[in-house]
This record gives sequence, structure tokens and C-alpha cells, in this order.
Amino acid sequence: MKRAFPILAVLTTLFVAYGFYLGLFVAPTERTMGEVQRIFYFHAPSGWTAFWLFFVNFIASVQFLASAKPSTQRAANWIVIAVGIAGAIAPFIPQVRQELPTGVYPGSVATTMLLLPVVYLLIGKYFPGRNLDALAVAAAEVGVVFCTVVLVTGPLWARPVWGIWWTWDLRLTSTLVLWLIYVSYLMLRRLTDNAQTPVLAAVLAVFGALDVPLVYFSIWFFRTQHPQPVIGGGGSLDPRMASVFWTNVAAFSCFGALVCWARYRVELMNRDVEEAHAVESLQDVGSSAGVEAKPAKRRSML
Amino acid sequence: MNSVRFLYAALIATALIHGTYLISLFRRYRRLRQQMKDLGK
Repeated sequence: MKRAFPILAVLTTLFVAYGFYLGLFVAPTERTMGEVQRIFYFHAPSGWTAFWLFFVNFIASVQFLASAKPSTQRAANWIVIAVGIAGAIAPFIPQVRQELPTGVYPGSVATTMLLLPVVYLLIGKYFPGRNLDALAVAAAEVGVVFCTVVLVTGPLWARPVWGIWWTWDLRLTSTLVLWLIYVSYLMLRRLTDNAQTPVLAAVLAVFGALDVPLVYFSIWFFRTQHPQPVIGGGGSLDPRMASVFWTNVAAFSCFGALVCWARYRVELMNRDVEEAHAVESLQDVGSSAGVEAKPAKRRSML
Repeated sequence: MNSVRFLYAALIATALIHGTYLISLFRRYRRLRQQMKDLGK
């Protein structure tokens, strides 16, 4: 893994650069908005990347809370599997199907719902114990960075198109609230230092994640200043624009995953250093009392 | 509509945000690596 990181970093940089090239030079110019519409190719993919990073933070936080006892963990696993299966079946029930917004297909809802238990179980398997907490911090921090990009590029796009920098409509306000929730999550982690901090932060993350569907669906169910969805939801996007958009979503997702991985390793290193400092101070105390403390096993970066 | 400067501003802002974060992450990594080395002595 240590060797793979630089290779993946170079590949991701090339992929992101290619995405920018497509967005800036290859995608057709939008008829009414002109060149400024090209902000779309990094504004929207940044939003998607922030969403899935917050989703990872949510899953890791639930797993972390559930891992308090083996019985709770087992129960949580079964609940998530049941929710996934029920969510995959529900869109095919005629009464539920009628309620789906235009452009939302039962198949896509079912696939998304089936992904929930898969992601949940995979994260539980590959990030055991305290690593879940480290993953949650990493995903939240990188998610905030991408969400900041969304909040900065949005007004820069709005000013020439709407004539205003900002309006307190549901999409924009809920995105700002989402950003504030995760900034407070990070502040809670940084400014408090006791055994309960990870638990409190995980609870905050679970409640914070409730804002993500509100942000996403706000333009589907409510009339807002923000444009209605152009991907799904009955919207139509020129196929050449759509291909550039999806390329950028993939590129930004790879970039987000890579940075999240690096941040996760830094978090583990940080914990090792703290642990080693604690052992060192215990050794100092122990040497005077005749007890020997074992140093922590160190990890290598990336 | 002369909106290209807003596109450039958005590009620069995106690069600055990600660049600043990556630099801070790298500095944190370097500091921790140094601390680990010091602890290993």
C-alpha cells in the first residue's frame, strides 16, 4: 500500500486534470449562461463527493456506536440488512411507485438501497474497532473541504446568472447548515479531549447526516432559486455535457477517496504518537514504581 | 455576458481550497513522522 499511494496520486491527478480539460475546453458552451456554466463541471461533482464522504462518515459513526457491544453490533447489522432489502422492494410497490418524483426510477432507488447494507458491512469488516472512528474523522474533514468548494463556487456561478451572490432558499441554506454541522463536528473533535469525545462526535454525525437527504432532495420536492435537477428528476442534459459531468464525478470521487485515505493514515499515525507518548509517560511513572510498560506498535504512513 | 472572470475566480478558489488543505495535511504528516522518529530514539 505504501508503494501504491504515489502511483494512485499521479493517476488521480491526471484524471482530475483530464476532467478539467473536458469541462473547460471540450464540453459545449451552454446557450443562455455562456462560459460561466462550466463551473457546473466542478461545482456539482464537488457536491457529490462531499455527499458520499458524509455518507461514509455516517456509516462509520453508526458502526462505531454499534460496536460498543457484540450483541448491539449484530442487531445493527440485521437492521441495516432489513432496511436495505425493504428499501429495495418498496419502490416496486405500485402505491410507493406513484409517489416517486419524475425521473426517479424504482431500479435506481432499489440499487441505492441495496448498496447501503453492502457499504455498511464492508466498512465494518475493513475498519474494525477504533479505526472506524479514524475513518469517520477523515471522511468528515475531507467532506468539509469539498463542501467548502461547493459553497464558494456556487455564489461565483450565481452572481452572473441570477444577479445575486446568495439567497436563503432551501437548497443553499440546507447546504450551509450541512457545512456548519460538520465544521462543529470537527471542532468538537479538536477542542475536546476525553474518552467520550468519539461517542459524542458519532452521535452528532448521525444527526448531521439527516441533513444530506434534505439538501439532495430539496430541489426535487420544493420550488427553489437553485435550478431543478438536470441529472435524473426529469431534467435533460446534453449527452456531451452529461459525459463530461460523469467523468468529472468519477475524477473528483477518486480524488476525494485518495485524500480521505491519506487523512485516515495521518489520523492513525496521530493516535500512535499519542499512544506512544502515553506509554512513555507511563514508563516514567512505572520506572519509579518498578513496572515496565510495552511501547505501542507503530504504523507506517500510506 | 462577460462571465469568464467568474469562471476563472471559481477555478482559482477551488485550487486554493484544495491546495491549502493538501499542504496542511502534508505538514501534519511531516510533523507526526518527526515525532515518531523522536519517539523511536
